Amino acid sequence: MKKHTRLIALLMALALVLAACGDGDDATEGTVAEDGGLICEVTDVGGVDDKGFNASAWAGAQRAAADFGAEPKVLESQAETDYEVNINSFVDQECDLIVTVGFLLGDATKEGANSNPDQSFTIVDFAYGEGEIENDNVKGLVFNTDEAAFLAGYLAAGVTETGVVGTFGGINIPPVTIFMDGFVRGVEHYNGIKGTDVQVLGWDPDTQEGSFTNNFESLDDGRAFAQSLVDEGADIVMPVAGPVGLGSAALANELGTFSIVGVDVDGFEADTNNSGVYLTSVLKRIDNAVFDAADDALNGEFTGELYVGTLENEGVGIAPYHDKADLVSDELAGEVDALRDDIIGGAVSVSG
Amino acid sequence: MTDQLTPSEVEPEPPEGSFFGDLTGSGRIDWRSNVLIPALAILSALIVGALIIALGDLDTLRLWRSSPGDALGVTVETVADAYGALFKGALGSVNAISETLTRAAPLILAGLAVAVGFQAGLFNIGANGQMLIGGMFALVIGFQFDLPIILHLPIAIIAAFIGGALWGAIPGYLRAKTGAHEVITTIMLNFVALRLVDYWLTIPFFQLEGRTDPVSKSVLESARYPELIAFINPRYRVHLGIVIAVLVAVGVWWLLFRSTIGFEFRAVGANPDGAKYAGMNVVLLYVAVMATAGGLAGLAGGDQVLGTLGRGTPGFVGVIGFDAIALALLGRSHPYGVVAAGLLFGGLSAGGQAMQATTDVGIDIVQVIQALIIVFIAAPALIKAIYRVRAEAESTQVSQGWAT
Repeated sequence: MKKHTRLIALLMALALVLAACGDGDDATEGTVAEDGGLICEVTDVGGVDDKGFNASAWAGAQRAAADFGAEPKVLESQAETDYEVNINSFVDQECDLIVTVGFLLGDATKEGANSNPDQSFTIVDFAYGEGEIENDNVKGLVFNTDEAAFLAGYLAAGVTETGVVGTFGGINIPPVTIFMDGFVRGVEHYNGIKGTDVQVLGWDPDTQEGSFTNNFESLDDGRAFAQSLVDEGADIVMPVAGPVGLGSAALANELGTFSIVGVDVDGFEADTNNSGVYLTSVLKRIDNAVFDAADDALNGEFTGELYVGTLENEGVGIAPYHDKADLVSDELAGEVDALRDDIIGGAVSVSG
Repeated sequence: MTDQLTPSEVEPEPPEGSFFGDLTGSGRIDWRSNVLIPALAILSALIVGALIIALGDLDTLRLWRSSPGDALGVTVETVADAYGALFKGALGSVNAISETLTRAAPLILAGLAVAVGFQAGLFNIGANGQMLIGGMFALVIGFQFDLPIILHLPIAIIAAFIGGALWGAIPGYLRAKTGAHEVITTIMLNFVALRLVDYWLTIPFFQLEGRTDPVSKSVLESARYPELIAFINPRYRVHLGIVIAVLVAVGVWWLLFRSTIGFEFRAVGANPDGAKYAGMNVVLLYVAVMATAGGLAGLAGGDQVLGTLGRGTPGFVGVIGFDAIALALLGRSHPYGVVAAGLLFGGLSAGGQAMQATTDVGIDIVQVIQALIIVFIAAPALIKAIYRVRAEAESTQVSQGWAT
């Protein structure tokens, strides 16, 4: 895992050197002194190599750091008891920005921000209420993922042959269930227009109850949960559980009987072992949002203003169909494109 | 050992050369197997860990081809930095020591749970499950009742013990009555406990108001372990848990080596048939051993809930119950050995966090080192061969070590 990080870091360094060599005049400006700043990320227990959520934030932090000659640093949390400790050790290192990745770090980040009012934070997937952060030093990054998941649900309903699709989540928290809400509503939208009766297993948006692994780590759970959905007839599964979904994708690759809808990043590109199983992915551009926040922090323009990613500002979206493009008729692809415009324009509401 | 011996005259001892006895240290004891071998195992693991750190450094590996001299220098520096940070993070400051002790407390308690099983010839792989149930019992007392701390905290701690003991007693009973092997049943009960806790945390009785994710209500202040040195700096999290862990270890030592029931525990471990012949109630003993072990693990769960975290979440136990197996082996199943091993693992955990924060070496290396220690412990022949420790047969037994 670290090797991976190192390789990326090495390639980035190489890219920097090459860029610096490219145009002579800028070279002196491009190579900033040692103390070019520090962008620090605390991951949740999924780890920085989860090929999704944490990795995406890390990519954004690294990109911003590379632009400024700053140093990116990451601390992986091994357990929930680590969040506070990891945040504190970054506070000690006087980072320009501490990026905390995930809803589960919400309490720890709030505590860290309120006891260190001069430290800038940004947290993925958490929006604090009015007055919760005394010094306005936390930038929340949230995403209207349901807009993109709605498109994926519509697409899945159009592609399924069994008439059954499924989803499951990691933990029943808003940033997870918002994917499932959108997915189910997208399928319902398809049924409403086409008069079909495509079923969605694993989530009921009305009762807010469904199928959860209750962790973001176990690849075995990813297999087991996907298997049980497939046993009940699903031929498209959307796991919203970080690296757990990699287990589902591996199963899909072995069985060849169902497709996966990836989440957070384009599974086709990130999960190279199983790239053929991804029908599409619900993209959540955490990397871009973190990049912008880090960029602002390094420029001294940091604010605690909430960021909301939408289809319109391309903070969320769906990935190309890649190897599964054959399953998607031109007509369906056109409908999905039109639907995107309708959601942006407000003609279609994703909240059901 | 023969059937004629009466229990009070001899120390129970498994047959010579028993793998279980050798591995767990519940067999014959001498200073070599109890102090020298573990120390050499730790040293070997650190050396192999250093090699792995060096191999993980791709830039430097490339440098080896062009200029081996520089590469050697960089490698030595990387490893020295990493281990320096590890050491500093474990012992180098008040905060480091506070972290080490905070992390050691549940490890020691869970390690005792495994060690008690080993002493009685039982492989308790279920410490994680027992911790979860014990922790949940403590949690209920912790948030449900409003009592003065002098009552509230002790009752919550006792509840943690009872919860773990009940969960531990199940495999003990199954083993004694049906012969179902405790390795299988304890492992499986870990999963049952995990899912049970998942479920409990989503029902309104436990769940924090206004949350949809599995997070429990907070333990009231009167049931929290008081922080010991937070008056110096609120960041020092070390709490009463470490004191309790050490006291419990002394208690377990007394139980195992000074009490009749402890003698019976060890007797049934050394030779169940012999113990039965000597008139001991083996069924009751298996249940008692596993209940004691479970109770100790329950205290470890209570330490997390009442001490470090102050609430329940699905992962509040982490993998402590599995690390406990490793550290019981390293501690040679002796309570004081477990305390020493627990402090070491606590230090590795705290130091690993600091190492991750200040160097480029990932925290995963700490798990590699822990695993390597166990590999070397489990293969004493390897250690003896590498370090030319003389075989036991060549020398007379100098002392009985700390286990008697």
